[in-house]
Amino acid sequence: MSAIAAWFTPEVIAVLIGMVKAVVILLVVIIASAWMIWVERRLLGLWQDRWGPNRVWWLGIGQVVADMVKIFMKEDWIPKFVDKPVFILAPAIAMVMTLLAFAVIPIAPGWRIIDLNVGVLFFLAVLSLSAYAVMLGGWASNSKYALFGGVRAAAQMLSYEVFMGLAMMGVVIQAGSFSFDTIVEAQTGLWYVVPQFLGFILFLLATIAATHRAPFDIPEAEQELTAGFHTEYSGMKFGMFFVAEYISITLMSALVVTLFFGGWHGPLLPPVVWFCLKTGLFMCFFILLRAALARPRYDQFMESGWKVMLPLALLNVLVTGGIVVALAAH
Amino acid sequence: MNDIKRILIGFWSNLVTLWLIFAHLWRHKDTVNYPEEMPYLPPRYRGRIILTRDPDGDERCVACNLCAAVCPVGCISLQKAERPEDGRWYPEWFRINFSRCIYCGFCEEACPTAAIQLTPDFELAEYDRQNMVYEKEHLLISGTGKYHDYNFYRVAGMSIAGKPKGAAESEAQPIDVKSLLP
Ligand code: SF4
Ligand code: SF4
Repeated sequence: MSAIAAWFTPEVIAVLIGMVKAVVILLVVIIASAWMIWVERRLLGLWQDRWGPNRVWWLGIGQVVADMVKIFMKEDWIPKFVDKPVFILAPAIAMVMTLLAFAVIPIAPGWRIIDLNVGVLFFLAVLSLSAYAVMLGGWASNSKYALFGGVRAAAQMLSYEVFMGLAMMGVVIQAGSFSFDTIVEAQTGLWYVVPQFLGFILFLLATIAATHRAPFDIPEAEQELTAGFHTEYSGMKFGMFFVAEYISITLMSALVVTLFFGGWHGPLLPPVVWFCLKTGLFMCFFILLRAALARPRYDQFMESGWKVMLPLALLNVLVTGGIVVALAAH
Repeated sequence: MNDIKRILIGFWSNLVTLWLIFAHLWRHKDTVNYPEEMPYLPPRYRGRIILTRDPDGDERCVACNLCAAVCPVGCISLQKAERPEDGRWYPEWFRINFSRCIYCGFCEEACPTAAIQLTPDFELAEYDRQNMVYEKEHLLISGTGKYHDYNFYRVAGMSIAGKPKGAAESEAQPIDVKSLLP
């Protein structure tokens, strides 16, 4: 007995607890993202003056289970003309990379998978990799609509990633750290949405582009490209792209909350509840955007990205940096 | 300067759009929760077809076959028969295949006796396709349907037992052509 107990040194226990946390966060994120499909369908319905799917179980929350069963039953067909290894790899990259980025998001005090001191950079790196999924998927499909989707994804990525990183820099300068934990701690008194309002707007626009959601769903624009980069995908491979998109909405909402809305900070309720509440609100906001706004042309998007957003983001970094340095000099 | 103005106006108009769409949350919903909440269907809605009776309780259908002829999908079939006691015509059998019917209402338009009528019942669903074929006993109802007072034999010139020529409502007495000789 004591031989077994000897295995459980404090380090091993710490690792085990970390693993359990990771699994819990993973499951919660996946389930929440999957259920968002239902939330989206209901909300879109309500905003379009209809009820949406409200039949399966209470309020229709079982709709996701029904959809899942259906998509698992579907034939997972690989067209003959595709580049097979890349074609199969792309949805996996989409899924893994978006999930990986969750590792650095602090959900509550002590509830995170890792606290990297370069958390923000890690996040940006993983996000760039996840954009590859869309490009590879589009390129490997070997069909014109998918290729257009892939090309647009590349163009879009080039335009939003730059000002997204710069928009985050304002927060990083103010908090004086790349670690998400420190950033959240620094927002105890005042959420960064107030001093960094411009950064918040820019970052929000970039997150919409990063999730490939309407109004910036340029790589998959149904009306122009049938389904864009995932035109050739079917069955669960399509399902993975689909769920990855919802996971990335969850991720981006969590990120906006962490960077600009004080993360877990909030009165009365426990931190986890505050975090989930704020994230949920932002997820609903993403759906509202899809329900309300029209899609710009992709040259318009790139133009605004390079000519408007980037200078504004640079200006934001400059002014924030100047103020921080001036205050430090006092 | 102009560009900045354009950007700000665009931003503002998008925000207004967001708010307007959000406000749809508490608008009246155009759809209804169907099985629990039935939608209102007007009496002239074109649904399940019935055969009606005249105010005296006799079958209205005179087996003229006009409905079967006008039906664009040819889903009505019937067989004429004659009542021995008064000479009235009636369908011996009358069959509508509802799995082909497109509910166009042409049969009701064509019918000279207001016998065949469409009703606001749309809940026709069966597991077995054969059950969609309705026979006369399924179609014939005991009432008059939408037209309460119409009785074909009372207004038409057709003579049957108990109603000779000239006895119909607002029908002139038949003229004896031979008495008209100069
Ligand atoms: S409604 Fe139209 S299709 Fe149906 S039985 Fe009448 S004529 Fe035929
Ligand atoms: S239902 Fe009307 S149109 Fe059809 S056979 Fe009978 S009387 Fe004629």
